Amino acid sequence: MPLDIRERYKDWKMNTEDMPGLTLKDVSLHVKGHKLLGPLSLSVEEGHVATLMGPSGAGKSSLLAFVSGTLSPDIIASGSVHLDGRRIDGLNPEERRVGLLFQDDLLFPHLSILENVAFGIPRTVRGRRARAELALSALGEAGLEGFRDKMPMTLSGGQRARISLLRVLLSEPRALLLDEPFSAFDTTLRHQMHEFVFAHVKASRLPTLLVTHDKSDADAAGGPVIEIS
Amino acid sequence: MYARQVWLAEGWVGNVVFRVSWSAVLIVFVSVMHCAFAAADDRPWPDVLEDAKGQAVYWHAWGGDRNVNQYIDWVADEVRSQFGVTLRHVKVRNISETVTLLMAEKAAGRSQDGRIDLLWLNGENFAALKSEDLLYGPFAESLPNFQLVDTENKPTTVKDFTIPTEGFESPWGMAQLIFYADRDRVKEPPNNLDELAFWLQNNPGRFTYPAPPDFTGTTWLKQILWTLISDKDRLYQPVQESDFVEVSKPLWEYLDLIHPHLWRSGRTFPQTYPALRQLLSDREIDIAFSFNPAEVANAILNGSLPPSVAPIKVGAATIGNTHFVAIPRTSGSVEGALVVANFLLSPRAQAHKADPRVWGDPTVLDVVRLPADAAQLFADIDRLPTANDSKFTQSIAEEPHPSWTEMLEKEWRNRYAR
Amino acid sequence: MAIVVLFMVPILAGLLGTALPSFGYWPGDSTRALHVQPWRDLADAPGLGQAIFTSVFSGVGATVLSLVIAVSFTASWSNSKISLLVSRSTAPLLAVPHAAFAIGFAFLFIPSGWLIRIITPWLSGWSAPPDYLFIQDLHGVGLMVALVCKELFFLLLVMQAALSQIDAQKYLSVTRTLGSWPVCAWLKVIFPMIYPQIRLPLYAVLAYSLSVVDMSMIVGPATPPSLSVLAVNWMQDPDIGTRLQGAAAALLLFGIVVIAVLGWRGLEKIVIACGRAWIFNGPRTFAEKFTHWISGIATSLILVVSGFALISLVLWSFADVWRFPAALPSEFTLRTWIGAWDGLKVHSISTFILAIVSGAVALLLGLGILENEYWKGARPKVAGQFFLYMPLMIPQVSFLFGLQVALVYLNIDGSWLAVVWSHLVFVVPYVFLIFADPFRNLDPRFTKTALSLGKPPFTVLRTVKIPLLKAPMAIAFAVGFSVSVSQYLATLFPGVGKIQTLTTEAVTLAAGGDRRDLGAYGLAQFMLPLIVFSIAAAVAARHTRTL
Repeated sequence: MPLDIRERYKDWKMNTEDMPGLTLKDVSLHVKGHKLLGPLSLSVEEGHVATLMGPSGAGKSSLLAFVSGTLSPDIIASGSVHLDGRRIDGLNPEERRVGLLFQDDLLFPHLSILENVAFGIPRTVRGRRARAELALSALGEAGLEGFRDKMPMTLSGGQRARISLLRVLLSEPRALLLDEPFSAFDTTLRHQMHEFVFAHVKASRLPTLLVTHDKSDADAAGGPVIEIS
Repeated sequence: MYARQVWLAEGWVGNVVFRVSWSAVLIVFVSVMHCAFAAADDRPWPDVLEDAKGQAVYWHAWGGDRNVNQYIDWVADEVRSQFGVTLRHVKVRNISETVTLLMAEKAAGRSQDGRIDLLWLNGENFAALKSEDLLYGPFAESLPNFQLVDTENKPTTVKDFTIPTEGFESPWGMAQLIFYADRDRVKEPPNNLDELAFWLQNNPGRFTYPAPPDFTGTTWLKQILWTLISDKDRLYQPVQESDFVEVSKPLWEYLDLIHPHLWRSGRTFPQTYPALRQLLSDREIDIAFSFNPAEVANAILNGSLPPSVAPIKVGAATIGNTHFVAIPRTSGSVEGALVVANFLLSPRAQAHKADPRVWGDPTVLDVVRLPADAAQLFADIDRLPTANDSKFTQSIAEEPHPSWTEMLEKEWRNRYAR
Repeated sequence: MAIVVLFMVPILAGLLGTALPSFGYWPGDSTRALHVQPWRDLADAPGLGQAIFTSVFSGVGATVLSLVIAVSFTASWSNSKISLLVSRSTAPLLAVPHAAFAIGFAFLFIPSGWLIRIITPWLSGWSAPPDYLFIQDLHGVGLMVALVCKELFFLLLVMQAALSQIDAQKYLSVTRTLGSWPVCAWLKVIFPMIYPQIRLPLYAVLAYSLSVVDMSMIVGPATPPSLSVLAVNWMQDPDIGTRLQGAAAALLLFGIVVIAVLGWRGLEKIVIACGRAWIFNGPRTFAEKFTHWISGIATSLILVVSGFALISLVLWSFADVWRFPAALPSEFTLRTWIGAWDGLKVHSISTFILAIVSGAVALLLGLGILENEYWKGARPKVAGQFFLYMPLMIPQVSFLFGLQVALVYLNIDGSWLAVVWSHLVFVVPYVFLIFADPFRNLDPRFTKTALSLGKPPFTVLRTVKIPLLKAPMAIAFAVGFSVSVSQYLATLFPGVGKIQTLTTEAVTLAAGGDRRDLGAYGLAQFMLPLIVFSIAAAVAARHTRTL
């Protein structure tokens, strides 16, 4: 395992029996008595993307919600979720270190771009200056540092989507969930976004679950494709 | 000489013609003079009754007491069936709201067809309206039933807080300050103000009074001052600012003495008389007072007070007054209002009002001089079992000049409501 | 445009009716001159300082407290069963008229009241009520608590309406997965997003708390009372000089309200600046457990207290004898209801008609103004808004005097038109308050789509906008309805006693009268808005995205 990652995640205990990465075991979702989805088991390695495809209403978004801990109370779930050997399905969303990206960029409209990006930076980075530098360098890598003081409303969809990803990445998640993040883009922009997102996923070595309708997304992801019906 | 000869010559027919023609001239002359000078109240009563038929009279009166409201409902039924007048009770929280309405009318320059026809008022409100020339009248003394009013023994029926009513308001009930206590808890009630102060020291927190400017509270102040002042005549003249503090000193000294022993240590006071009565009913205090002498009997009958409450005599005499009705100048149903005011003075209405099962408010009439059947109505009331309470009598002291009210309220607020 | 003029007339009349007398100008009086004597009298008035303190302390305190509890409750308990219970109860609790609620509330807490009766004598050993001062306490704490009970639910309602406009759940999901705990997440993200929507209702709450009269008379201090009650008492004094002094006091109160609102605005800016710095430093938690429990306890307590205040009214209306220390009435009767029945029937009808008409007209007016604004592309002007909300800020007594003069002048006093017009003056601001922002924030794409399909503007309004706004419209109508039901002076003055409602009948009872009659009338007053609110809540629930 690369040294730098081990350094950064020293606090995590590793269970050598389980594989590192994201694992779902026998996950089922029920709503109002009838079964929505499952039982489903899958495993995603670090830096790899598993794509979930299927018709609307099949419960794919709910599955992501279950993994991230933001499931609506009227859906009953069973099964377990493991991340880096730890079982996380009993934890609060803020404790799971699972990042979530939606089709809507959901940038906070009352904060500037810099403030948005810096939002999730952990407390270990102390002080305004350090946090601002970290956020700025992330923006710089993406070529977006000129937007630091602008408000989200003034940017284009593609720019906002990229900033949204940067925001998630800076919160140092251990897994990433993508809920149809490319659906709003045309082919060219979609292609750009594929490159942007999946490059970062690989570099950060995040196990990723992608939910989509579009086959080109699945192809770009390059990982196993699971059909949900 | 000549007239006599004509009379003798024309015989008795001529005599009659002569007399009739002169009477006619006289009548016409007098009527013309009346119309020219007096308000319409000098019209013959049958005319007034005729004009009143079908009119709607809006009577603005305090509506905070179930008994009063029910009595007025009864009056409305009676005047509708007897005179064809539709009486509507407009319940107000405080008659000054109606005074404000009348002032608004004046401000907008209205002179007739006003919407307010009758008001229940007295004291300062009457003085204010009279000085603003907003009242219709004089009318009271030309009401047929006014002759039955006991103006001799009840001088407050023509003098409102020492100001002569001059017929601008008509009396309809009496009030007197009367103390009462829960006899289950007060075995030896105080007989005068000094004993009250002493009783309070031994029973702290068991008595209080409504905060001025509630009229019951203000009357309590006047009662103390009247009892303790050295020269009572001063109270019946307009107050002099120069020596007010000096003259009213006994009152403030008394209050300063008892305040620490009052309910809630005198830090706060009930806002109205009904709140005071509720305190007694809730057992928070043991002694209270009211303006209606038959209050106790009436309250026990409808359950507002426990049966153990009875009136007590505190002091040689307590302040009493009369309450009146008045008619705004701008009223559009003057005749109807006159009819209602007259009905209120009728023995039947007065007796019904004095009945403790209804309200218990004392009558303004001179019961002794009433015709037999009317007097019987009052005698029947006297025979009621609870009548002993309503017969509780205490000498009446007259209300001081209204200018004292203002100054007393102000000084009280200065001292205790900061 | 004509509508606006129609509206301005009573407001201007009301304002003049307050301002002129305060400077000595009393119409119809011989001394018609402008001078400052009333203000000098005011400055000399005993207890003025304490009265101002009471008003400000209870008014601002109640608003702040309600906001804090509302925010912390929504932040900690959103999406849970308890919040569902609370949102179901907002309807009935908002429908209770202020005076009736205050009486029930007072009855709970006075030393001879229900709470003490329940524990006496078996637990407390008392034979007479204890001597403590909470209701009518000297500093207005009792008043503040009573105000919070009413305002908390109004704020919760307003917040629900605002939340239905944004996709709160998604934002919260994102924020939480970014590492913020629930309360912290809510405060950092959701609260700033909805604050612009709740700002105006919040100002209304502030203005109301500062100038409330009927609740202050019942639960507020007595010696001296709050500034609003002082002003009312003075304005009704027979002596002209005192009346002028009252007008000056009313104007002073208006000034205090304006300063409070401006001060709050200034505070907003400070909070925003500090808030941004706080967010940037990235804290994860905000007293999570503490907020969770305290807000839960506070809200439940308030719910329980309000419920019991209501129940006490019900019990009193059926009670014949209920003396201390009995925990329940010792004798029951239907006498109170039977005696009041005829009156209740008649007055309920007039109350209902007035309220329906006022609510409907207010809603139509609001729609008209907002549509007009939309098509002209105009932004709401500050001055316009100020005039609209002014009736909420000036004590009614002085305001209505000026209005009354105008009505008499036009010779329409005593007519239904006059009463509806007066009601509208107070109903429209509230309706607008609830309704304006949802309307303005409606996604313009809907309208543009419909227009591009060839529909004329009015059809667009009818078929597209209104159905989308069913929820806020229903709530706004319900609020307007209950505001109209609770109007006392605004019915008595223009109606001059010819038009009587449940409230004109009941208010006189509220001044310390028989609790039994008050229970019956209070309940009747409560029933009408309750029905309307329940219907509105049902409509809103069906048309709102879940919280």
